[in-house]
Amino acid sequence: MATAVFSAAQPTPSQGAWRRFCRHRLALAGALVIMVLVLGAAFGPYLLPFDDTYIDILKRFAPPLSGAHILGTDELGRDVLARLMMGARVSLSIGFVAMVIATVVGIVVGAFAGFYGGVVGAVLMRLVDAVLCFPTIFLLLALAALTEPGFVTTTVLIAATAWMWVARVVEAQVRSLREREFAVAALAFGSSNLRIMFRELVPNAIAPIVVAATLNVAKAILLESYLSYLGYGVQPPAASLGNMLNNAQIYLTSAPWLAIAPGIVITLAVTSFNFLGDGLRDALDPRMNIP
Amino acid sequence: MARYVVNRLAQAIMLLVIVSAIGFALLHLAPGGPLSQFAASGQMTQEDLDRVTRQLGLDRPLPVQYLDWFGRMLKGDWGKSYRDGEAVLSVISSHLGATLELMATATITAVLLGCWIGILGALRRYSLFDSLATVGAMIALSIPTFWFGLVTIYVFSVKLGWLPAGNRHTIGDGSFLDLLHHLIAPAMVLALVETAMWGRFMRSSMLEVINQDYIRTARAKGMPEWRILTVHALRNALLPMITVAGLQFPTLLGGALVTETVFTWPGMGRLFLDSIGYRDYPVVMGILMFSAIMVLIGSLIADMLYAVVDPRIRVG
Repeated sequence: MATAVFSAAQPTPSQGAWRRFCRHRLALAGALVIMVLVLGAAFGPYLLPFDDTYIDILKRFAPPLSGAHILGTDELGRDVLARLMMGARVSLSIGFVAMVIATVVGIVVGAFAGFYGGVVGAVLMRLVDAVLCFPTIFLLLALAALTEPGFVTTTVLIAATAWMWVARVVEAQVRSLREREFAVAALAFGSSNLRIMFRELVPNAIAPIVVAATLNVAKAILLESYLSYLGYGVQPPAASLGNMLNNAQIYLTSAPWLAIAPGIVITLAVTSFNFLGDGLRDALDPRMNIP
Repeated sequence: MARYVVNRLAQAIMLLVIVSAIGFALLHLAPGGPLSQFAASGQMTQEDLDRVTRQLGLDRPLPVQYLDWFGRMLKGDWGKSYRDGEAVLSVISSHLGATLELMATATITAVLLGCWIGILGALRRYSLFDSLATVGAMIALSIPTFWFGLVTIYVFSVKLGWLPAGNRHTIGDGSFLDLLHHLIAPAMVLALVETAMWGRFMRSSMLEVINQDYIRTARAKGMPEWRILTVHALRNALLPMITVAGLQFPTLLGGALVTETVFTWPGMGRLFLDSIGYRDYPVVMGILMFSAIMVLIGSLIADMLYAVVDPRIRVG
């Protein structure tokens, strides 16, 4: 534990967490980058004179910084920067929404398994273990092969392969919190099981859930890029960071800029969320904090 | 020990049952279910379809069908590929070698490099090297594997012309050196994520060990530092790496799939994608089950090995 925490005049737990988070410079940088990316994805497209799906067949393969197209144009003469910003919008949305679905499913499964324990808990947690046996990309692609590709399916499928870690975290927390005085007191008040689970126990496990959720956004963005790159995610003409790389390999020799920009944005986004998750873990869980 | 082994085996068998149930459910979710091949051809009447349904026993209750299917899986009958009628298991095994080759090369590289980085980072904690390694590992874990593959191809094949851009052999050249030449780039790409993971785990394991009392005791006895590190610290810090190897396995398989796609490496991952493209569901489901079973066996072996080398596990 660092001296800063002790020297402070009785910091509240949240102040301590905030201070620890601020010390984590990489996490701060991550938060900043995420903010820039979100703003760029939300408002950037309105600032550009080009539409992301506008095809200008006379200006195919314009290299970056040549004329009006800052990042150049692709094989159909579409503006790469406009596609990049729309793609980031799609990919970040999929990342966030998939995270929310996965977190909710994970919380429900974990809370039931941890609260009831016994057979219910064992069956639910073995299900978690079993799904974790499938390598994520294999499961994701197999599921994608059975469905119509698109924004909604991609989001749901990614959530379907990402809820297990949250479930594990919540199960462990709920199982240990269940025996604590406040939970027993709630039971004595006559609260229903559902109320104890979701109003008393889960809120007390919020810190590890937030960390798992943040890391899940990183994973979801990465998985979207894999799925769309392989052609089973977001379908053209809509752009996503992954499907922009779909054709990039063919034009690698003649137009390498098509591959570079989307890859850098994906890496930047995923790294930022990972650093943010790491920083949150250090900030929210003082026991794990190594000064 | 015997009790631990029996417990762990029972757990693995239970997991296998659930895993196979998931696989069975997916097979029935396929458009047209197990009959999709016949339904897709469009030349069969509803009457024919009904007849095939009865012949294949698909009109029986689902649990009976599942037991039947599970029994056939255990006997090695995994169905036939829609594409050429070859048995699924033999299709998989003919592609397995290339994948294992790639995974083994990447793993050896990653273990050596990752452990070295992790140990050095732990010993010189908060040094410039450690900070760079920590940030580097996080970035490596965040780079999409396929994109790193594209960058590698661009730099080493397109620009420098040092390495081939894909495939396992130059046509007409079956020599070992040629294979090695083709192996470098994909193995390097696959090893990146693995190295980062091994480095992170090794660092934290080493940090945990060097703060233990027995290390302090060894120092107090005046034991030379290199001896403390190699004999006392390293031996204990390497133990949990067995578990890491088991945990890594699904990521490694997934990474191999993506790497094989970028480098047109003729392994299981490529076969999987091709089969999805052809809607060859028996092969798709076969590979999915096969990979899950590999993961299951991998983690079982890792746990057993860990119990052998670390007696604390067997009791606890």
